[in-house]
Amino acid sequence: MSFIKRLVGGAPPRILWSLGILLVLLLVAPMMLGKYWLSVLILILYFAFVGQAWNILMGFAGQLSLGHALYAGLGGYIAAGLYFHYGIGPWAGLFAAVAVAGVAGTIVGYLGFRFSLAGVYFALLTIAFSEFTRVAFDHWEWAGGSGGLFLKVDTTTDIVNLRGGPVLFYYVILALAVGAFILCRALLESRLGRYWLAIREDAEAAQAVGVPVLRCKMIAIVISAALTALAGVWNAFYYNNLFPETAFAMGRSIEITLAPIIGGLGTLFGPIVGAVVLTGLGELFTDVGEALRIPGIKQIFYGLALLVIVVYRPAGVWPWLAERLGLKERQP
Amino acid sequence: MTTDFLLDLAQAVTKGLLTGMVYGLMALGLSVIFGVMRVVNFAHGEMMVVGMYLAWMGFEYLEVSPLLSLPVIAAIFFAVGYGLQRSLISPFIGRPEHQQFLLLLAVAILLVNACLAIAGPDSRGVQMDSQFDSYELGPLVLDAVRLHAALAAVAIALLLWAFFTATRTGKSIRAAADNHLAALVVGLDVRRLYAFTFGVGAACVGAAGALMITIIPVTPFLAAEYTLLAFVIVIVGGLGSMTGALMGGLLIGVSEAVAGLLLQPSLKSMFSFGLLILVLLLRPQGLFGKSSS
Repeated sequence: MSFIKRLVGGAPPRILWSLGILLVLLLVAPMMLGKYWLSVLILILYFAFVGQAWNILMGFAGQLSLGHALYAGLGGYIAAGLYFHYGIGPWAGLFAAVAVAGVAGTIVGYLGFRFSLAGVYFALLTIAFSEFTRVAFDHWEWAGGSGGLFLKVDTTTDIVNLRGGPVLFYYVILALAVGAFILCRALLESRLGRYWLAIREDAEAAQAVGVPVLRCKMIAIVISAALTALAGVWNAFYYNNLFPETAFAMGRSIEITLAPIIGGLGTLFGPIVGAVVLTGLGELFTDVGEALRIPGIKQIFYGLALLVIVVYRPAGVWPWLAERLGLKERQP
Repeated sequence: MTTDFLLDLAQAVTKGLLTGMVYGLMALGLSVIFGVMRVVNFAHGEMMVVGMYLAWMGFEYLEVSPLLSLPVIAAIFFAVGYGLQRSLISPFIGRPEHQQFLLLLAVAILLVNACLAIAGPDSRGVQMDSQFDSYELGPLVLDAVRLHAALAAVAIALLLWAFFTATRTGKSIRAAADNHLAALVVGLDVRRLYAFTFGVGAACVGAAGALMITIIPVTPFLAAEYTLLAFVIVIVGGLGSMTGALMGGLLIGVSEAVAGLLLQPSLKSMFSFGLLILVLLLRPQGLFGKSSS
């Protein structure tokens, strides 16, 4: 009970009520929405979840990773590969996926933090590992090489093997997103969370007052990598195919960073708001692009939107929105 | 048999060195911009691709050789770079890295998709007569286009070096890079110098693009690859070091060519990224960077 009390402690009742109503709406959404809107909602939840995972490392602990596709790709490949080759279902496979991604996170984190690479240098290290892995998977036969790994498309619901239609995947990603939200709230309220914020604001000062900086950063990257691997597993079984060119692409890593940055770095609602804004804009511009029939026009609008947001709301949409709604999220 | 192999190797190294000089010029632009204003230009490869497209258009529609349109392209890039820095990037100097990253990412998306919208997804190359010429240097055969591009890249790099060591503006830019506050104190117009620097960096990459199109055809999808390549080169050479960028370019050019010879060509980028990881861990300031930064 005390855990729950700590979790909701300090949050205005208005927020709790709104969140409760939102959750109920999300739970009944598949019954109300058509196929298209459900797929949009699935995208939003996916980006909110994976954004939340990335936000732990960057938003909380202040370490810029531009290579999170590494963990998503590893997670997806491991779980899909185990299922494809040995028939091991994803619920068992995800443990292997999370373990491998955790080890990858440990390696990247240890090398980066041990040699105190910060900022851009750390970001480039994460890109390098992701690209290195991409080329390695291009040549790894077990994982299908550059030709890709395909799972048999099967929409008869089989929860044990995570096979089924969009509704099944909707509820899984909803559970993941809600779980990550609660986890992040709990982390922020914990001692570890305070340590992270101290490191983010001033690592040297944190070290000086006795915060175990290296250990805290390592925990951040491992949690972040593990959650991202779960997103990768979900992604692999939802789309039924994996290619090194896309799974480990820099574009995939960048995609992961956008929702939290646009929404508001380091905030709990930032990744969610960012995912709504970006997915909404993406769908809108897809329609515009189809109407105009010019190659690249969708991305041009998307780029313009990003430009406008970063120029006028550099701290993200959520902090501004929260102020408008009179819900100033406590700046920890 | 061994002599054949050695000859092939020497041939690959030469080819790599020549291409590497153009890589070096591209990376020089990134390095100059970072060295002075501490902004990582995430749109660098996209700018490179725009330079390649401009040179291609000059060749295709106006029948001007890329080597002749190069000064014009460099001038356009300087002007646009100057304006871009003044209007968009200037407010972001000193801001958190992720904000700079997002800003330049948006610029990158706009540039590469503008290319896609205008020129389409097909690969575009120039067909020059000199592409069939070559020079013989002992047993080695040098492609004429590659040699011309490399010589032009070296000439531009020398010009840049002269600019930074001999001119007042060049010296002021180095002063501002060395000590931002002191530069302000002695009355340098740092904002103008920053814009000038971004213009110079952009001109470098624009020129590199005009040279690169003579070696390989362009598609919009090359952009991300070039951004990564430029990062690898400047990190290996030393971010902010001019010599480092050029040497890094040569090193990566040679390693790509040799890896292409010894391993499967598709493995060559693994080699560069492996090198990047090693350098980041063992010598994060780069092979030619100063250790104190």
